[in-house]
Amino acid sequence: MHDRSLKQLSAALARREISSVELTRLFLARCEKARALNAFVSLDPERSLAQARAADARIAAGTGGPLTGIPIAHKDIFLARGWRATCGSRMLADFVAPYDAHVIERFDAAGCVVLGKTNMDEFAMGSSNENSHFGPVKNPWDGARVPGGSSGGSAAAVAARIAPAATGTDTGGSIRQPAALTGICGLKPTYGVVSRYGMVAYASSLDQGGPMAKSAEDLALLTNVMAGHDARDSTSLERPAEDYARELERPLSGLRIGVCREHFGAGLAGEVGAAVEAAIAGLERLGARRVEIELPNNRLSLPAYYVIAPAEASSNLSRYDGVRYGYRAKEYADLLDMYRKTRAQGFGAEVKRRILIGTYVLSHGYYDAYYLKAQKVRRLIARDYAEAFRACDVIAGPTTPGVAFAIGAKASDPVQMYLSDIYTVPVNLAGLPALSIPCGAGEAGLPVGLHLVGDYFSEARLLGIAHRYQQASDWHLRAPEGGR
Amino acid sequence: MSAWEIVVGLETHAQLATRSKMFSGASTAFGAPPNTQASAVDVALPGVLPVANKRAVECAIRFGLAVGGRDVINRRSIFARKNYFYPDLPKGYQISQYELPVVKGGEIPIVSPTRGPLKIRLTRAHLEEDAGKLLHEDFRGASGVDLNRAGTPLLEIVSEPEMRSAEEAVEYAKALHKLVVEEIGICDGNMQEGSFRFDANVSVRRPGAALGTRCEIKNLNSFRFLQHAIQFEVRRQIEVIEDGGKIVQETRLYDADRDETRSMRTKEEAHDYRYFPDPDLPPLEISEAWIGEIEAGMGESLESRRSRFVAYGLPQDQVNLLVATRDASTFALSTFSGAPREAVPTLSNWILGPLTAKLKEEKLDFSQSKVGSGVLRALLARVADGTISNTTAVGKVLPALWAGEGSVDDIIESKGLKQITDAGEIERTVDEVLAANARQVEDYRAGKEKAFNSLVGQVMKATRGKGNPARISELLRKKLGR
Repeated sequence: MHDRSLKQLSAALARREISSVELTRLFLARCEKARALNAFVSLDPERSLAQARAADARIAAGTGGPLTGIPIAHKDIFLARGWRATCGSRMLADFVAPYDAHVIERFDAAGCVVLGKTNMDEFAMGSSNENSHFGPVKNPWDGARVPGGSSGGSAAAVAARIAPAATGTDTGGSIRQPAALTGICGLKPTYGVVSRYGMVAYASSLDQGGPMAKSAEDLALLTNVMAGHDARDSTSLERPAEDYARELERPLSGLRIGVCREHFGAGLAGEVGAAVEAAIAGLERLGARRVEIELPNNRLSLPAYYVIAPAEASSNLSRYDGVRYGYRAKEYADLLDMYRKTRAQGFGAEVKRRILIGTYVLSHGYYDAYYLKAQKVRRLIARDYAEAFRACDVIAGPTTPGVAFAIGAKASDPVQMYLSDIYTVPVNLAGLPALSIPCGAGEAGLPVGLHLVGDYFSEARLLGIAHRYQQASDWHLRAPEGGR
Repeated sequence: MSAWEIVVGLETHAQLATRSKMFSGASTAFGAPPNTQASAVDVALPGVLPVANKRAVECAIRFGLAVGGRDVINRRSIFARKNYFYPDLPKGYQISQYELPVVKGGEIPIVSPTRGPLKIRLTRAHLEEDAGKLLHEDFRGASGVDLNRAGTPLLEIVSEPEMRSAEEAVEYAKALHKLVVEEIGICDGNMQEGSFRFDANVSVRRPGAALGTRCEIKNLNSFRFLQHAIQFEVRRQIEVIEDGGKIVQETRLYDADRDETRSMRTKEEAHDYRYFPDPDLPPLEISEAWIGEIEAGMGESLESRRSRFVAYGLPQDQVNLLVATRDASTFALSTFSGAPREAVPTLSNWILGPLTAKLKEEKLDFSQSKVGSGVLRALLARVADGTISNTTAVGKVLPALWAGEGSVDDIIESKGLKQITDAGEIERTVDEVLAANARQVEDYRAGKEKAFNSLVGQVMKATRGKGNPARISELLRKKLGR
């Protein structure tokens, strides 16, 4: 039961082969057994089971939808009323959400059960899940390795088959990179497709929620739930509703796959490059055609990202000041001292680093040289993609330069850590949709991710390409030992 | 003392008269218990996002149209974050506008007490949100924060430094107040509640010299404080310079109790606000069609109404009163239109006299008047056709109309107020009065005009006020032979 697809689970529920309560219990039990992974920050069986009972009633009444009764794990960045929303931070360690995020509302309306809240890098800042106040998440493929980040808890939970599917958020790769490192699938939709309301902000112009699951088909079903206009988010796009599963069966004949040589250059692990090349060859066998493209400004994306994201973060995180909610230092002399101690004690090192960088680049006299320049770079990067999509329909490459690395390996070298997002970051800067699917095994048999980037609003096409690939391969069906 | 030129520029915060806040759906009503009008957005809970209030944007557009027309409205403006930490600022930043404000210019006409009519140019006007309030009474050893005001929409109106005295600054401030409150109705103008407040930038220089170093006096919430603060600050700056000192650019606070300004922070201590475009809010796009809609809904300017009142031949002091508020001018115009031209002075008297008194008594606006324009015209028609006297109209019918006792004719009928115009009946009464008051008749004939008035009064009394006074006087004079 635990490694069935969402479609299969849905069918099992519809046939009364299993109830939502039973299914939820089954996954809760698996979560309990896999506590060593540290994938979850909060589990609340009573709360989950109450939702499951309601879902069962809907199924019995025949008013359920395709995902009614299925438990979903949510990244602890989404506010779900009554659940803690820690965002992986000491600052919000005891913060109980008083309202539902738009994404949570949508899953609730669909009849899904909140299985639990997953561990993450503090305020979504990190690529290894080592930056969590609640400790690192372990990669189910190898407990000594990281699952990636920042949606590492969600990735580990799906990979270990202790959750049928999960949500994540992606600011510079935080869905796709952990998906790649744990051998699962993750989609970052076009910026504005999923509402950010109730999703704790890291870098507002880059943050985008998305699904993490075992297959492209599952991603499509989840996107159908998550996407949609929300008037409470001014950057949410008003578009007609669409069925993200509509292109799953579309053949790949005639598909132009853009490949950028620079994505296969220095810094890329040989086995990863080989696996991705093999996957592209696989797509070609399915009828796709390979074209060479250029993304000349892609190399500027990390520096631009590490100006823009910290700038926005430094401002977004100002609200955590100990005045109204969240952590407050126990002892302080006056207001300024309260601010200083609260933030010094409440935030971890990486968050502080980014707040400092962000504050610096926005400062008087530096703004033009850093922030404005980075925004210009951002436009150039978007222009490169626009140019590339005249020649191709989708861009394929590696999601990450290497496979999952050892816990602690990059913890003391932020730049090395930042480089693990080198292929994913430019996509956020341009606001494009992209996904990662497992496509092979690298060093020590660890999963490798294939990165597919599409033009704006091409989610359905991307999911279709991924699905056709998965019809012809079985990488997505491979699970780590505990997950089998 | 040798000549110094005073240079003043004002930054005015006008609270916009919208029902909900600048970026949240919470109410903006004043005076609610602390934190009962603060939504998740106003409290800056994790995950919340701002949504710009369309009504507030319309207020800003209205303002732009009134001060400079379409040309001064930026079709694309940007919300920016102004970052600083303070407990009354929940997000740790204020959403404001920085590089691209909604309004980029315009001018306010004033009459300077020394320089006569002139126009003060505006630098800009931008939308922003207000902060909350600290409550310094003790809450178990701490200060409290009330976020009811947090997020209230403000239009910050920045003038060029073109005022040359405290008095000119006050004229400008009053003109601006009238504009936003009466002319375009975007602000309730309540200065005690902080709906309209000023920051004054003050410097002095020798005539013709470059601008001197300025000091900014924060948060002045009355015209008097504005005047006094500038006057004090000017004296202080001149003294410093004449004593060989230098003005330090700084922010100062005005202490009304001691009538002085005090340093709050110098330029060196000033915040670096780290402005940047708010990524949560797309650029504010204002279409031609939207501006057109707002323009169409703005109605006639008070200046144009003033000339219409003048054209009716009303005296200057009445015209001033009628255009003092949009409300009064609207009521007066609707009353006058459709009335015979010669009736307008009487109608104007009624509006500014008894009707205004009634409205004040019951704290109502003209738009809420219990006696409408049409009823007022109907009443006037009964005076014009001689059915009742002006005195009866104002003294008896109007109060009854206000009390809702029926239509003009119903009231005249039911109260028996119709004037006696029957010549025979009046004549009989006059004869009776003359016969009964031989002394006054003698006195009158001996040249005492007072006696005549007394006789008129007697006749009026005998007709219980229904005799037409003009007819009575005429008859009396005839009979008395003078």
